[in-house]
Amino acid sequence: MAELSVNAHMNPQLGANGKLQHLLSTEGLPLEVITHILDTAQSFLEVSDRDVKKVPLLRGKSVFNLFFENSTRTRTTFEIAAKRLSADVINLDVSRSSTAKGETLLDTIDNLCAMHADMFVVRHATSGAPFLIAEHLQRIGRDDIRVVNAGDGRHAHPTQGLLDMYTIRHYKKDFSQLTVAIVGDILHSRVARSDLHALKTLGCGEIRAIAPKTLLPGYLENLGVKVFHDMNEGLKDCDVVIMLRLQNERMNGALLPSVGEYFKRYGLTPEKLALAKPDAIVMHPGPMNRGVEIDSSVADGPQAVILNQVTFGIAVRMAVMGILAGN
Amino acid sequence: MNICIKNGRLVDPKNGIDAQLDLFIADGRIAAVGQAPAGFTADKTIEADGAVVCPGLIDLSVRLPSLESELAAAIAGGVTTVVCPPDTKPVLDEPGLVERLIQRAEALGLARVLPLGALTRNLEGQSLASMAGLASAGCVAFSQADRPVTDLQSLYRAMQYAATYDFTVWLRPQDYQLARDGVAHDGEVAARLGLAGIPVAAETVAIATLVELAKATGVRLHLMRISSAAGVAMVRDAQAKGARVTCDVAVHHLHLSEEDIGYFNALARFDPPLRAVSDRAALRFGLAEGTVGAVCSDHTPTAEDGKLLPFGEADAGNPGLTLLLPLVLAWAEEAGLSLNTALARVTSNAAAIIGRDDLGHLAPGAVADVCVFDPAASWTITPEAFSSVGRNSPLAGRTMKGRVLAVVAGGRPL
Repeated sequence: MAELSVNAHMNPQLGANGKLQHLLSTEGLPLEVITHILDTAQSFLEVSDRDVKKVPLLRGKSVFNLFFENSTRTRTTFEIAAKRLSADVINLDVSRSSTAKGETLLDTIDNLCAMHADMFVVRHATSGAPFLIAEHLQRIGRDDIRVVNAGDGRHAHPTQGLLDMYTIRHYKKDFSQLTVAIVGDILHSRVARSDLHALKTLGCGEIRAIAPKTLLPGYLENLGVKVFHDMNEGLKDCDVVIMLRLQNERMNGALLPSVGEYFKRYGLTPEKLALAKPDAIVMHPGPMNRGVEIDSSVADGPQAVILNQVTFGIAVRMAVMGILAGN
Repeated sequence: MNICIKNGRLVDPKNGIDAQLDLFIADGRIAAVGQAPAGFTADKTIEADGAVVCPGLIDLSVRLPSLESELAAAIAGGVTTVVCPPDTKPVLDEPGLVERLIQRAEALGLARVLPLGALTRNLEGQSLASMAGLASAGCVAFSQADRPVTDLQSLYRAMQYAATYDFTVWLRPQDYQLARDGVAHDGEVAARLGLAGIPVAAETVAIATLVELAKATGVRLHLMRISSAAGVAMVRDAQAKGARVTCDVAVHHLHLSEEDIGYFNALARFDPPLRAVSDRAALRFGLAEGTVGAVCSDHTPTAEDGKLLPFGEADAGNPGLTLLLPLVLAWAEEAGLSLNTALARVTSNAAAIIGRDDLGHLAPGAVADVCVFDPAASWTITPEAFSSVGRNSPLAGRTMKGRVLAVVAGGRPL
């Protein structure tokens, strides 16, 4: 019944003018917007190499880091990016304060709005939480405030997705000629989802997912992904290998029998990497579990670009915040 | 009070009537159809020119957080009988509680409440509730509402005991372990949005278990709110083999699908979850062919706060009483079904599932529950105007056809 369909519930990250109003997911992000973010990041990269590592783009603006779920690393990279844009950064450890006292998510947001926030960087354990915040801001007439999703549940981690795209573009140029494999716990991974959507928009030649069935969501093929359960097949002739972190708690349930068996089947070793193209790059969103999903000799080897990802990540986050503040 | 409903198009699915006929009501019962009984003088005449006159609707799943507001919402939607699951506070596992609920509802003089009694004490799935006593108090069947019976031996015994008295058990076909942590249909949308999925297997595994236990114990089984194509196929198969099993579907599952979650629309969170478009098609077909006997509103009013949460934390369900009739009419029009066929799913078929042959039809002697509606009048869904304490709907803003003009409940014009 098409006429009753509720699909008016669209991605609220693009304003009526088609400009980026929030960054909530890489899904539905137009190619021009992604390209603009990556180009802008490129220009910011040299800022980090200067003696004075600052540009005044966000001077006088307040960026609130709202981490409902702990993550020192991601929070720090956003903080550095915001400070290099000259913003005032306020870190709120909401995982321990207001929500613990029973305040609802939207009550917290209302309070922070009253403190004249200009941008919220949100990390939340529940998929979709930043969407709720963006819609709420619209509802209460505060669409001047920008929301950046810094990771929501299993759903999305768009700045990680974009910095991954930046990394791939830096090393590989033409996406249409590439085969990219994502290996590991795709079911629970917001990074994987953000990578998939961005790779699709950028016209990636072939996207592969490699994992046992317990770590794969259903219907991945419908999202344009080729699924492999055997790493030796899946890695064959790949240009890019993205390894995902395997959370320790996955071992407690019925998802996997043991770290040993997982590493044997899906851990990236030099032998398995040799099946990819000789110039393949190895990526990882960090933090790594050496000996679980990746062997140290690969993690520290010549094909790994994992630390470069971190450097690019600052520039990409600067670009996202700079563009959002300017729109 | 004597009431005459004049010049309407009388649609009475059970008796196969669809014709312009007057309806005469006396002493709370249908007195005659077509010709006035001898000596009949109407105290009140309802002009039904251009309107449909049908039995008052029977809704098989209605939550009643507040009796007066929800029963008013029922009447506004042309619903004269609501079946209330036993997971009220307190749980309907004592005859006294059931009697009180029925008395309070009767005192309001709105829609009739037919409670489902708890199958097990406090719905804990352990010891049996006093089914015979609850039935005497007015319970029409026995249910666990949405709570599981984790111990299948307890469920087996409960079914045996119910079968002793030929009571029907109404159960949700959802395996609680397979559905654990899930918030949406385990399909493409959940994969895309990173939502924990409830697989179709949670329904099919439960149907297989419940149908086998029903066969083994001989109990009559009614499956509440079926949601998947595979589930419909299993029920069809069981019915063909002679199993005493019926099922219903929630009306929003006829019109919405997982795709309506869009980007985390909490209003599209339901229990069971909205499934794939192909499941929706099978449910519509199953309802048309009769495998699915009835359609309910699954009326679940939630506080507004309950929807102002991330999708996975939001309350499931929406108020639906006001939308039952227009959504059934929309389904019938799209499926090319007659009014008789469509309205049977909310009148006579529902009455048969409850086991009440005095409800859901308009033959002389039946309880005078009547709904008069204009099938062509269109209106826009504005949840703010719902009588219910729940004020949300994923269909807000849609234009529907079918407006209730008058309701007679138990012979009382409302």
